[in-house]
Amino acid sequence: MIKKILILLFILIPINANALIEVDITRGNLNPLPLAVSPLSIDEESRKGFEKILKKENIGSEISNIVENNLRISGLFNPLDKKAFLQAPDIANLKPRFEDWNLIKAQALITGKVNYVDDKLRVEFRLWDVLAAKEMMALAFTTVPNNWRRVGHIISDKVYERLTGEKGYFDTRIIYVSEEGPKTQRIKKLAIMDQDGANNKFLTLGNELVLTPRFNPASQMVTYLSYFKNMPRVYLLDIETGTQEVVGDFPGMTFAPRFSPDGKKIIMSFAKDGKSDIYTMDLENRIVEKITNHPSIDTSPSYSPDGKYITFNSDRSGYQQIYVMKNDGSDVKRISFGNGLYGTPVWSPRGDLIAFTKLHKGKFYIGVMRTDGSGERLLTENYYQEAPSWSPNGRVLIFYRETKTNSKGEGFSAKLWSIDLTGYNERQIKTPTDASDPSWSSLLSN
Amino acid sequence: MRLIKILKNTLLVLTACLVLSACATKKEVAIDIKGQMQGDVYTGTDTVEYLADGVPDRVFFATNESILTTASRETLRAQAAWLRKNPNINVVLEGHADERGTREYNLALGERRANAAKDYLMTYGISSDRITVLSYGKERPVDSGSNPLAWSKNRRSVTVKAN
Repeated sequence: MIKKILILLFILIPINANALIEVDITRGNLNPLPLAVSPLSIDEESRKGFEKILKKENIGSEISNIVENNLRISGLFNPLDKKAFLQAPDIANLKPRFEDWNLIKAQALITGKVNYVDDKLRVEFRLWDVLAAKEMMALAFTTVPNNWRRVGHIISDKVYERLTGEKGYFDTRIIYVSEEGPKTQRIKKLAIMDQDGANNKFLTLGNELVLTPRFNPASQMVTYLSYFKNMPRVYLLDIETGTQEVVGDFPGMTFAPRFSPDGKKIIMSFAKDGKSDIYTMDLENRIVEKITNHPSIDTSPSYSPDGKYITFNSDRSGYQQIYVMKNDGSDVKRISFGNGLYGTPVWSPRGDLIAFTKLHKGKFYIGVMRTDGSGERLLTENYYQEAPSWSPNGRVLIFYRETKTNSKGEGFSAKLWSIDLTGYNERQIKTPTDASDPSWSSLLSN
Repeated sequence: MRLIKILKNTLLVLTACLVLSACATKKEVAIDIKGQMQGDVYTGTDTVEYLADGVPDRVFFATNESILTTASRETLRAQAAWLRKNPNINVVLEGHADERGTREYNLALGERRANAAKDYLMTYGISSDRITVLSYGKERPVDSGSNPLAWSKNRRSVTVKAN
């Protein structure tokens, strides 16, 4: 399915380098940039063509809705109400009347056009700086019509990158665990969806307990824990083919798997005789290496993006704390020293921060600290939440949150939430069922 | 009256919760909720099933701990005696944690708890060949409540007949 996307062709039209708008994403954004997303214009013949294939009345509007929604949920942009637009989409795309867009306080404008060409979807779009009355970017691409949602995400990524100076994270997917049924007998299935919640799909049937799926940053592989035949083991799943295999041949529970940044190794814990140590397995030659060797519980390992270091949590000090070591297991250093327990460290894709879960005085926090443990910053506090996963640009964290069960045994839920690194823009990500253990993919189009 | 009683219990539970969570050291905190907990280890019998007459199937643990209490050792000695009398029965020791911990750490903790029980059974003459350890972490609570008493019932190792 993903491979089809390689058909995407980008034709670059000249870009104006000295734009004036800039969005600062390092601060909590209290004043999102007002911008207008003019519906992509479409001629009647193309509209009918797509209506027939995609069952969408106006694919141009649908794609711009995706762009608008993405930019809004980023918290950095404020897409203006279309009813206030004065200029028709087709004319705006040729040459915007900047005064009109200025009048409704839009600082940036997105216009575009959709065509049905040889059974393909051809989309062009332009980003305009309204105050400077200049074109900032223009791109066109062609793909199979079924990829229309992804076209919307790619446009969003391009706009985000042009206006913030950082890569976007919209053309991505989330793998997670879908949960149903009573707390004492939860049915759990692997599920996958687009970053905006669309195209939700279940990958397992719920016959056995599954936990902690994680994407390979380099491919469409996933590693996760399955209780198949009541033997909790780390598995590898190819999302495209559905092929599954157990990772390694361990005489006991393997768990807490993650890929190395190059996707060639799996790092995980193996529990034996009351001790849990960290191991790696090379996926090509199947060589298993023991990385930690301590009578404590060492788990939740995560590589630094350059692959040279590993962060993990261990209770070797008596309580769960976060450590960093070299990738061969040497030079182990504790980095968390605040009050409370620290777990689930995950290295940021930018390399400078480690996100974690903290338990202190009966509350759970999602936070970040520098890789030497300094600069601890707690982003959100709740009754129960854990397992942060980074957006590929390292700007947003997704995690899951559970609510309390009341005295009647009701009220329990598990949901996915996201929050910006700034601590602002906390949002629930809607899923068809309860959900936990989210993992964010890399950008699908690179 | 009933309401007052419920409120009183809730208050006790809340106090226990506050005291426990404020206490990040290994010190024992003596709290007794209706005689069902000692420290924060469950001592009641609500959830306990029996492998045979006088042989309880499970033992309970303190928060973050895998140390066997005096009562747990007694239970396990009864299990060992029963296993010696029934040499054809094998068991699975299912280790569990409460919901107040991260998922992966809890998987390891469940394994450590079940192993504590396994080690004790072995010192009473049960061969390791007859024992399989299986950790469920926090995935299979027996009490779905979100309170210290429910959590204490869930921190357990349950001995289950494998055949």
